[in-house]
Amino acid sequence: MTNRSARERISDFNEVPRGYTAEQAIEEAKRCIQCKKPKCVAGCPVEIDIPGFLKFVAEGDFASAVKKIKETNALPAVCGRVCPQEDQCEKECILGVKGEPVAIGNVERFVADWERGTAPAVSRSDRGGGKIAVVGSGPAGLTCAGDLARLGYQVTIFESLHVTGGVLTYGIPEFRLPKAIVNLEIEYIKSLGVEVKTDMLIGNVYTVEELLKDYQAVFIGSGAGLPKFMNIPGENLDGVYSANEYLFRINMMKAWKFPEYLTPIKIGKKVAVIGGGNVAMDAARVSLRLGAEEVYIIYRRTRREMPARVEEVERAEEEGVIFKNLTLPVQYYAGDNGWVKEAECLQMELGEPDASGRRRPVEIPSSNFKLQVDTAVCAIGNSPNPLVPHRTPNLETEKWGGVIVTAEGLTSIPGVYAGGDIVRGAATVISAMGDGKIAAKAIHKQLSAGGI
Amino acid sequence: MFKILKKERLAENISRLVVAVPHIARAAKPGNFVVVIPTEKAERIPLTIADADVEKGTIAIIFQIVGATTKLLDSLKVGDEIPHLLGPLGHPSHIEKFGTVVVIGGGVGIAEIYPAVKALSKAGNEVIVIIGARCQDLLIYQHELGKQCKDLRITTDDGSCGRKGFVSDELKDIISSGKKVDLVVAVGPVPMMKVCCEVTRPHKIKTVVSLNPIMLDATGMCGVCRVVVGGKTKFACVEGPEFDGHEVDFKELTDRLKPYRDVEKQALDHVCRLLSITPQ
Ligand SMILES: Cc1cc2nc3c(=O)[nH]c(=O)nc-3n(C[C@H](O)[C@H](O)[C@H](O)COP(=O)(O)OP(=O)(O)OC[C@H]3O[C@@H](n4cnc5c(N)ncnc54)[C@H](O)[C@@H]3O)c2cc1C
Ligand SMILES: Cc1cc2nc3c(=O)[nH]c(=O)nc-3n(C[C@H](O)[C@H](O)[C@H](O)COP(=O)(O)OP(=O)(O)OC[C@H]3O[C@@H](n4cnc5c(N)ncnc54)[C@H](O)[C@@H]3O)c2cc1C
Ligand code: SF4
Ligand code: SF4
Ligand code: FES
Repeated sequence: MTNRSARERISDFNEVPRGYTAEQAIEEAKRCIQCKKPKCVAGCPVEIDIPGFLKFVAEGDFASAVKKIKETNALPAVCGRVCPQEDQCEKECILGVKGEPVAIGNVERFVADWERGTAPAVSRSDRGGGKIAVVGSGPAGLTCAGDLARLGYQVTIFESLHVTGGVLTYGIPEFRLPKAIVNLEIEYIKSLGVEVKTDMLIGNVYTVEELLKDYQAVFIGSGAGLPKFMNIPGENLDGVYSANEYLFRINMMKAWKFPEYLTPIKIGKKVAVIGGGNVAMDAARVSLRLGAEEVYIIYRRTRREMPARVEEVERAEEEGVIFKNLTLPVQYYAGDNGWVKEAECLQMELGEPDASGRRRPVEIPSSNFKLQVDTAVCAIGNSPNPLVPHRTPNLETEKWGGVIVTAEGLTSIPGVYAGGDIVRGAATVISAMGDGKIAAKAIHKQLSAGGI
Repeated sequence: MFKILKKERLAENISRLVVAVPHIARAAKPGNFVVVIPTEKAERIPLTIADADVEKGTIAIIFQIVGATTKLLDSLKVGDEIPHLLGPLGHPSHIEKFGTVVVIGGGVGIAEIYPAVKALSKAGNEVIVIIGARCQDLLIYQHELGKQCKDLRITTDDGSCGRKGFVSDELKDIISSGKKVDLVVAVGPVPMMKVCCEVTRPHKIKTVVSLNPIMLDATGMCGVCRVVVGGKTKFACVEGPEFDGHEVDFKELTDRLKPYRDVEKQALDHVCRLLSITPQ
């Protein structure tokens, strides 16, 4: 797949990769050797029949390919774009042993895009199943809802924000995942009969116990919550944002169209983004597009340890993001106006491996230096959203806040299931969807067997 | 979509709306707030639930028209619908029988204390209410509050009504009269809450304040509402908005309310053009 030039793309919010043509997609799909025991499928958290859909694409039968994918994945246009394929399906592809794996994600993206504009392939059974409540409209909630609706349940999604989609809408920027695509995928889920109620904060407006009176099961997909900070001096100065706030203002509230949209944002000339994940890359690349002249990624380890997708790191670099690796901010200083003006940093080196197997960053004594910045964005992660657990006394959680579930997604409360970032901490779109599927299956099993 | 059933102008630049939103009315407790988005392109703004009627399924909000989004909210009329209304948010006020409670409201904070006054009185407390504004024309809710407590005291900066001075002067007098005060609740502009805390601090009288930092999602996700209380960072939308006033870093709160002041004028001009009115 080819990308638009870095210079062109940093002047707008349009997508970076151009996507396959039909010919390219067919050609790529033909590379698949149709393994009898396809390893790629095991690498996909929602177990798409990958050789199955690739075969249809190779034959030019895109409609059947989409149908095949949608048997297990309701959001292919999203996954084809944001899945870390290099760690999942494509990592396992047999062709990858000697050469390039099949570009499964790109083909998936192509067929999903091809389908857009044609009528959605609706297949729902009307077996008059029970009523199910889903909390949160991120990928976990949407998938769980979609699967249950297809099984004939009456599903209501409760979403606390005014727009659906969770991180797909407020977190991942337009140039990586166009909102028109997210909206279409959500329309598809609605076309299956799912009702979506926005502006409904579960825990506050209805408790989970109250939902259980009207619904036969509840799925909690409330995602990640409070942003983590480093707890260093100056972190509450004006001009220091959490990545959530920064991206929420921009993606959700469209602050880049201020004052037509009334939520403001102030992006300086020199922006420092702290962190090395996808979120950090997104914040950095958004800053470039909104006119920052110098954008730094400040990361305490090296490029090799960065959790962000390789592709996104490369794109960020092409676009002109400056990587300051092995660097740790220790304090922010304000100018006369109270606005952040300098970040004091320490130089690091890699020491022994830590629990995660990555080499631990160690401070180099007296290596302090100051970086002139007028905006800092802290992108070092979130803890699971505490709201539902706080308001649901019997819901057991880990010390770090994650909701505890069984392999089937069942929580400590009968009839209440959970999945996605609320269970895993920060994870991926597709693992959240996988959780939603597992829970849907378990709910169906339980209700078919006579209820809770 | 939530229909506006009633609209009143309480004072110059302060309006009260009654909105039909049964699911919020049912769950609302004193101290809770809502997020309002008056039009699709507006900000998400937090406003205290000034009253809730479970039977009628309505809540009241009272707001001061200070900027673009409150201006837009005020442009809505009876029968219009508010597209987004989220709540109830925040921890409810802690209500129990404390003994003697002084509840202080300043500016639009006067309306915000109403539910707490009502609940504290009902819980059997002796409630003294002090309300203050710049001048008589800006005083609101006197009558309503008067019905909920036996002792209502009024201050105005210019002396046009009640005592000439600040709510904190009245508070000082109550304390120095030797009356045993068990709790003080102060809601209003940051400087007012700060001064009230300074008055009670030497007497070690517990003082609860309701903080109003900038908020965005108000569901504990973005972190913009962070305030420092007792040396620790707290997220006001989910851990507040009420905190122990003696522990609050008011200086930082004041700084963190400032960052958009300049550009907000632009937003206000834009809205005024939209509404074809001249900005003040
Ligand atoms: C900037 C950014 C970039 C990312 N990039 C990638 C990427 O490239 N690839 C990838 O795979 N992953 C990426 N991720 C991670 C991925 O987006 C998440 O792992 C995934 O969205 C989790 O899905 P979820 O459904 O569990 O939660 P979310 O998407 O967080 O959705 C939860 C929803 O629940 C709502 N909610 C919360 N509490 C309540 C309540 N009490 N009542 C009602 N509703 C509630 C929230 O408003 C939200 O809409 C990224 C994340 C971010 C922030
Ligand atoms: C929990 C909570 C409850 C609140 N309850 C009420 C209420 O019941 N009635 C009411 O009138 N207001 C209340 N506020 C304040 C209200 O949210 C702001 O006045 C409103 O957001 C201003 O929006 P705007 O776009 O009209 O003005 P803006 O253009 O955003 O701001 C105009 C001016 O007001 C200042 N300002 C902005 N936000 C706030 C804020 N949160 N607090 C104080 N000053 C601010 C700005 O610095 C600026 O000078 C509450 C705030 C919080 C956090
Ligand atoms: S959903 Fe993700 S992991 Fe599964 S096949 Fe598609 S791109 Fe690969
Ligand atoms: S592992 Fe690779 S070659 Fe084999 S079926 Fe999967 S995609 Fe095709
Ligand atoms: S307003 Fe976003 S976390 Fe409180």
